Amino acid sequence: MPEKTLDEPVRRFLEILGPGSVITDPVRLRTYECDGLTHHRASPGVVVLPETAEQVAAVVRVCVRHGVPFVARGAGTGLSGGALPRTDGVLVVTSRMRRILSVDLPNRRAVVEPGVTNLAITEAVRDLGYYYAPDPSSQQVCSIGGNVAENSGGAHCLKYGFTVNHVLALEVVTPDGDIVELSNTDPGYDLLGAFVGSEGTLGVTTKVTVRLTRAPQAVTTLLAAFDDVEGGGRAVSAIIGGGILPAAIEMMDALAIEAAEAAVACAYPEGAGAVLIVELDGPAPEVAHQFAEVRRICEENGAFELRTAADPAERAAVWKGRKSAFAAVGRISPAYIVQDGVVPRTALPEVLAAIDRISLEHGIRVANVFHAGDGNLHPLVLFDDGEPGAAERAELVSGRILDLCVEHGGSITGEHGVGVDKSRYMTKMFSDEDLATMQLVRCAFDPAGLSNPGKIFPTPRLCGEVPGVRKGAHPLVESGQAEQF
Amino acid sequence: MTAPFEALRGTGVTVRPAEPGDAVAGVMPRWVALPRTTAEVSALMRVSAGHDLAVVPAGDGTKLAWGNPPERCDLLLRTGRLTLDGETTVEHSPGDLVVRVCAGLPLGALASFPGIAQELALDNPLGAGTVGGTLATGVAGPRRFRYGTARDLLIGVTVVLADGTAATSGGRVVKNVAGYDLGKLLCGSYGTLGVVTEAVFRLHPSPPERRWITVGLGREPDPFTALDGLVADLTASQAEPCAVEVDWPGDGDGPLVTALVEGTAAGERATAVRELARGRPAWTGNGAPGWWNTLPGDPGGALCELRLPPAEVGRALRAVTACEPSVRIRGSAASGVLWAAPPPEALPAFVPAVRDRLGVLGGHLVVLAAPYGRDEGIDRWGPSGALPLMRRVKERFDPDRRMSPGRFVGGI
Repeated sequence: MPEKTLDEPVRRFLEILGPGSVITDPVRLRTYECDGLTHHRASPGVVVLPETAEQVAAVVRVCVRHGVPFVARGAGTGLSGGALPRTDGVLVVTSRMRRILSVDLPNRRAVVEPGVTNLAITEAVRDLGYYYAPDPSSQQVCSIGGNVAENSGGAHCLKYGFTVNHVLALEVVTPDGDIVELSNTDPGYDLLGAFVGSEGTLGVTTKVTVRLTRAPQAVTTLLAAFDDVEGGGRAVSAIIGGGILPAAIEMMDALAIEAAEAAVACAYPEGAGAVLIVELDGPAPEVAHQFAEVRRICEENGAFELRTAADPAERAAVWKGRKSAFAAVGRISPAYIVQDGVVPRTALPEVLAAIDRISLEHGIRVANVFHAGDGNLHPLVLFDDGEPGAAERAELVSGRILDLCVEHGGSITGEHGVGVDKSRYMTKMFSDEDLATMQLVRCAFDPAGLSNPGKIFPTPRLCGEVPGVRKGAHPLVESGQAEQF
Repeated sequence: MTAPFEALRGTGVTVRPAEPGDAVAGVMPRWVALPRTTAEVSALMRVSAGHDLAVVPAGDGTKLAWGNPPERCDLLLRTGRLTLDGETTVEHSPGDLVVRVCAGLPLGALASFPGIAQELALDNPLGAGTVGGTLATGVAGPRRFRYGTARDLLIGVTVVLADGTAATSGGRVVKNVAGYDLGKLLCGSYGTLGVVTEAVFRLHPSPPERRWITVGLGREPDPFTALDGLVADLTASQAEPCAVEVDWPGDGDGPLVTALVEGTAAGERATAVRELARGRPAWTGNGAPGWWNTLPGDPGGALCELRLPPAEVGRALRAVTACEPSVRIRGSAASGVLWAAPPPEALPAFVPAVRDRLGVLGGHLVVLAAPYGRDEGIDRWGPSGALPLMRRVKERFDPDRRMSPGRFVGGI
């Protein structure tokens, strides 16, 4: 049974939602104890499965009345623990809000509920010649509500941008329990832009209006094999320097290729120290012209084998190894950490060399898979969790890689989010003043700090005087765990 | 306690008494400050906080007449002398397609870089103005259809708050989801949350070729419906125009629609686009029509921004021209953002009537500029759904209402 303090809220949830939509059985609660970042676990106090925005709002109002924290969760595929539940709180799961409410092609938009999967939007409009552009690698299962929370990208965001560039309006339930529409056509502050990527700390998304993108006339995918990542890196620089903006440029190093071969037999060119996948899309004459350029650039920079995929089946074959890379390293290592950091593209060679050095120094192998076009690294830090101390060393290497990203003017996360996983790294990237200023936004939306508390920000901070009732010192302040802000 | 003027001068920043040319929307500030660095802006803001001075940031002042007049204005903070480090104003990293600039830089300086084919893909319909002013107003031109507006191209920002706190969000890489994106909040905030001192933008390769394809709708019996059909075809074209603009002269001539194709193979793609004219008069050029990327009407006149679902543009134009036949309208038909320049004397009737009609279509009207003194009773901003939340954001950032007070929506 949930904590005693949740007794009354649970009674209210049962009234609001009915018994089939409120989970308190400890065995069933455990299903929700983590998201895609599985080493952080907490069984939620109670899970609710609302079907409408009104129900979400009613649930949040109960939370407010009882001072109970709440966490929203979509499909639970996030990789930073953004949907990690609270044992003393409510997990609001949007999996029953999965209707596509409207498709409006003349205005190139669709309105969907937050539990709709990313790919389902594209599937609903593909035959009409449109698609939803952001394509995180979990797109078959991840929810659009989760994409909004994390500002998800994907391999093709190099050209097309992120979730925030493709969401036109949101209906959200604020941490007060109000239903509010945030729209890009409303006069005033761009609250829509502030909300996207706020990792559930500013409220719960209940409806998403997405932009639909016209399918490109032509798509061509090239696989280029190099002796080493340096050669591949030079080709990437030359492509970008040549004024070409591909839809995607992905690179894998030898260890990542080895893993992919072991897992999915992707049959990448033998002996490759690095493979580059370059995808071009757009008007057919433009793609044809740029494709010739990219081929030439790859050859000039030492590519020893080039393969072209011109139809969807061939394209899938090229992408197979890349898309399987994260899971594939499980074939060559008992355990691994997926890291997500960003460096300026020009710093890639230097940073990759430094990662090599750190890897050698600590005896921890690192497989590199990355979105080379925008400098987004996904080092896979491999270790044997049966070996004493290996996990700690892997954690150290993983952290050192983030340090490198920050030192080179990059970011501690390009697309996985901060969540609980990286909140302690925020101070490496941002000053106290920066974080305090971000907190102003948090406090405007959520003065009581009930919406996904403990995520993004390194130390729990409390908003200063909230308009209204003053209730004496906060228990966290009294116990020295937080500072008043 | 020293007098405010002495205290402001005590920061070491150049501060002078205001002159007639420094008026903000008709309101005279008392002093003008010309800081050189973010630290100097912080110092000025701390003094302003200590003396309860209201501050309005300004660049070239090209859009200072936009928005409500400030409730009060003690200090006009001009960004024209701002630098990144005391000397430079631009830090370009061509290999990363990123540029870091100070807020006082003319936006036009980012349209091209010597010897490197890169650009900030943000059109400025005013022709003049600074980075800071462009961010503060969120103004953007034709290619917003392809590249978005400043909020989509801004990847990092430094802002000084009302209490002098200098804060940065984002960074110098395009892909970055660490922390809240304050840049989004600051874009279009009309100086009401703080003083933006630095910005980092992503750049795009400059297109090697451009073609403008113009279609005349003057002979159409129903130009509004024809406009919607044509714009729908153009925006759905796989030749991928990066802009589709409409120009409605308002003097009896029919509307013109112009699409821009840029990149490689532009000629071939322009041919495909021109076929969508379906027999209407159409011409292709290597240069833009004279009205391209300009605001309608006269400087100093009235200017309204209409925001609409793109498929409602024809219906909206029908409604607007029914209210005021002589109105000039121009803007992005593809994105559903248009500017209308009604005669100033027509504004009091025009604004509520058009606002009502656009509301039915899911659109909004904002009065960007109206000659002060002739704006009696006009609600420039109109209603906004999330206004209570916006007020709360303002209260947190500027609890004493000293940053451009009253300029924004709902009197924020």
